[in-house]
Amino acid sequence: MSPENPTRREVLGLAGSGLFVIFPAQTPRPGYPADFNAYLRIDADGRVTCLVGKVELGQGSKTALAQLLAEELDVALESVDMVMGDTDVCPWDGGTHGSLSIRQFGPVLRGAAAEARAVLLELAAERLGAPVGRLQVKAGVVTDSQAAGQRVTYAQLVQGKRIERHLEKTPLKAVAGYTVVGQSPRRKDALDKVTGRAKYAGDMAVPGTLHARILRPPAHGATLKDADTTAAEKVAGVRVVKDGDMVAVLHERRDVADQVLDLIKARFDRPRPGQDDKTIFDHLLKAAPEGRVVDQSGDIVQGAQASENLVEKTYLNSYVAHAAMETHSATAMIEGGKVTVWVGTQSPFGVQQQVAQALGFTPQNVRVVTPYVGGGFGGKSAARQAIEAARLAKLTGKPVQVVWDRAEEFFYDTFRPAAVVTIVSGLTRAGKISVWDYKVYCAGDRECKQFYDIPHQRTVSAGGWSGASTPGLHPFGIGPWRAPSVNTNTFARESHIDILANKAGVDPVEFRLGHLSDKRVRRVLEAAAKQFDWKPAPTPSRRGVGVACAIYLGTYVATMAEVTVDKSTGRVEVKRVVCAQDQDVTVSPDGSRQQMESSITMGLGYALTEEVRFKDGEVLERNFDTYRIPRFSWLPKIETVLIENPETPASGCGEPPIVTMGAVVANAIFDAVGARMFQLPMTPARILEALKRG
Amino acid sequence: MQRTISFTLNGKPARVTVDDQRTLLWVLRGDFGLTSVKFGCGAALCGACTVIVEKAAVRSCATPIKDVAGKRVLTIEGLSQDRELHPIQDAFLKRHAFQCGFCTPGMILSAYALLLKTPRPARAEIIRHMDDNLCRCGSHVRIVEAIQEAAGSMKGGAR
Ligand code: FES
Ligand code: FES
Repeated sequence: MSPENPTRREVLGLAGSGLFVIFPAQTPRPGYPADFNAYLRIDADGRVTCLVGKVELGQGSKTALAQLLAEELDVALESVDMVMGDTDVCPWDGGTHGSLSIRQFGPVLRGAAAEARAVLLELAAERLGAPVGRLQVKAGVVTDSQAAGQRVTYAQLVQGKRIERHLEKTPLKAVAGYTVVGQSPRRKDALDKVTGRAKYAGDMAVPGTLHARILRPPAHGATLKDADTTAAEKVAGVRVVKDGDMVAVLHERRDVADQVLDLIKARFDRPRPGQDDKTIFDHLLKAAPEGRVVDQSGDIVQGAQASENLVEKTYLNSYVAHAAMETHSATAMIEGGKVTVWVGTQSPFGVQQQVAQALGFTPQNVRVVTPYVGGGFGGKSAARQAIEAARLAKLTGKPVQVVWDRAEEFFYDTFRPAAVVTIVSGLTRAGKISVWDYKVYCAGDRECKQFYDIPHQRTVSAGGWSGASTPGLHPFGIGPWRAPSVNTNTFARESHIDILANKAGVDPVEFRLGHLSDKRVRRVLEAAAKQFDWKPAPTPSRRGVGVACAIYLGTYVATMAEVTVDKSTGRVEVKRVVCAQDQDVTVSPDGSRQQMESSITMGLGYALTEEVRFKDGEVLERNFDTYRIPRFSWLPKIETVLIENPETPASGCGEPPIVTMGAVVANAIFDAVGARMFQLPMTPARILEALKRG
Repeated sequence: MQRTISFTLNGKPARVTVDDQRTLLWVLRGDFGLTSVKFGCGAALCGACTVIVEKAAVRSCATPIKDVAGKRVLTIEGLSQDRELHPIQDAFLKRHAFQCGFCTPGMILSAYALLLKTPRPARAEIIRHMDDNLCRCGSHVRIVEAIQEAAGSMKGGAR
């Protein structure tokens, strides 16, 4: 067993004393207890343990959740231990997806802490002989405000007792009284990460582990005809496993397994479905499921009639990979009829179900432990590697580790879907947008709704980002990718708004403000313009500046960028990015800024280079030589402006700025050279083409 | 060819009898249990597997073990002396120059090699030197700041 993870017995300490708060499930699921989701435990030594099914993907949720807990409970942040993503000890959770940890889970956690505090205060009142109203708490010590020296600690209060409470509606602390939330403490994972002690799923050293490499098809849709493993079997210490469609070689050294895999001679039946990264867009338009009206107001026909002329454009974006630095990894061990799988996943309870099904075990006999995860971005929800490791552990009777190489990572990634957006719109003689007819294919409907003031508008979405939606639509797996659907929708909307501003001959910021009654969008836009020192001018002003706005799950962003475009090579350099973000209560300002910087940096990739090329089911990207992700030399000067709204609950903010990066760069390119980009990524070749088009 | 290779690993003598073509990456991870040395690409394209050989940052995934015979190899486990953090680690920690942390050991060791050679690097030098170390989480801004801070606190006295 991993020394880092306690067992359920240890956590619930059947014989142990302590205070336990059980709080209700967010998303009840059949077969799971309906009334609780996570535990909070206060120990007789004063340490607070919080057990949540969420995982730490790098965004700092481990620290932020601990801050919320420490705040509400009035204990020191250092006394809080987080145990995350272990199916044996943490109650069920639907998975860690993007910015949602704090948004969905924060209120529950705060409620539980408030409940625990209320119980402790009752006990303290009894112990100190003072009414609850007179008591004060600081760092886990309760004092009587009217009797100096009268004190008792949380630890003393729970000593020798076993108290279990279900969450009730206890009032929460007012934001004005916050002392921990709103600070930027040292992250709880910091020391592990700078010392190299942080363990990921491929770092689990279970004695006797065999490292597996699995034979892969050359393309999606290909099936194995036969595999000659004679040469592989001759290598000392190698085990060859053939089980159904799986052929694997295992060795106690990973690099030996790598070499042995190459000794297998395999033949595949390979259909030629005929799609590639150029033809895919036509295919998507034809094969997309029927559209659904997401939003509508006024009358499109009337709006079109009120327009001087209609502007009709189509926007495309390619498949994009998650490309986390840690490839999909898992270590599985079976002992006494129970399998433990250490796996880097965003969804430990989902993996538990999948592994149980694959092995024919009951879920109770599957323990999924989530160590540190080396980046997720939506790509570590599917956990094929965990099933592979578990199957091979069962077949060989040995602990088995599966760590995909980079080519497997690209092959089995669940990409951000390629997508198409069509927009028909028009301006009145007075330069106001009169009509907006928006249709998005295959990206999903999240935030596709228009937020500018347009009297006649309709938004339709056809097909989503969930891989299961329409079989045969995509040639390989697709799924959520940082801020699913919103990158696509924002690129299209904000590019198109810029085109209209240009047609109206109005500065793009002024044009936007002229169509914005939403106060929060106005506020971020004005804040960004101030920081950027935006000087109004119609486009193309040849300065290479651009703007884009977005709303993402209750967070508001406005981004401005400055670029240079080399007209002879088509190369774009992003010099400066200013991003203003209006969010709810900020748990950690430094954490928020870091997330903003990071999503701006990451967003440069899908804007400029990232694109999965493929042909006939074969994924042509195999490593970072062709699939180019942002690097140090791309780094613009990044400036962030945070606007807080203390009246609304904390929502976390991993992703919002990323959604503006496609459009802000496209708009800045247009401002620089007068060439409008309609397809992401905006590679040098596409920019040269657009320049030629004029 | 099966051979015994002797080298210095994190200041201590090390010996291993292996096929001398095996990569330093998997020998360090597999035979020595040094899991801070990360596998990211296996093709010298990401820097996650960076270690220090003598004084240079080296991609261990592209280095056969025979190449380090008789040499000094340093992984991040050997960077913090007497359990005290190296100033670069300290700066990464204070600046939160990481998110998922997977690229971090490689980043810190690359930065270490830079500061050995150039104790006071200009920002442009940092960027040039670090450019082949990839970080998918987008921690670049903080990493550059952390290296600048470490260079300042080491006052030119890299160790
Ligand atoms: S694993 Fe060696 S450079 Fe990527
Ligand atoms: S911190 Fe995640 S890859 Fe750099």
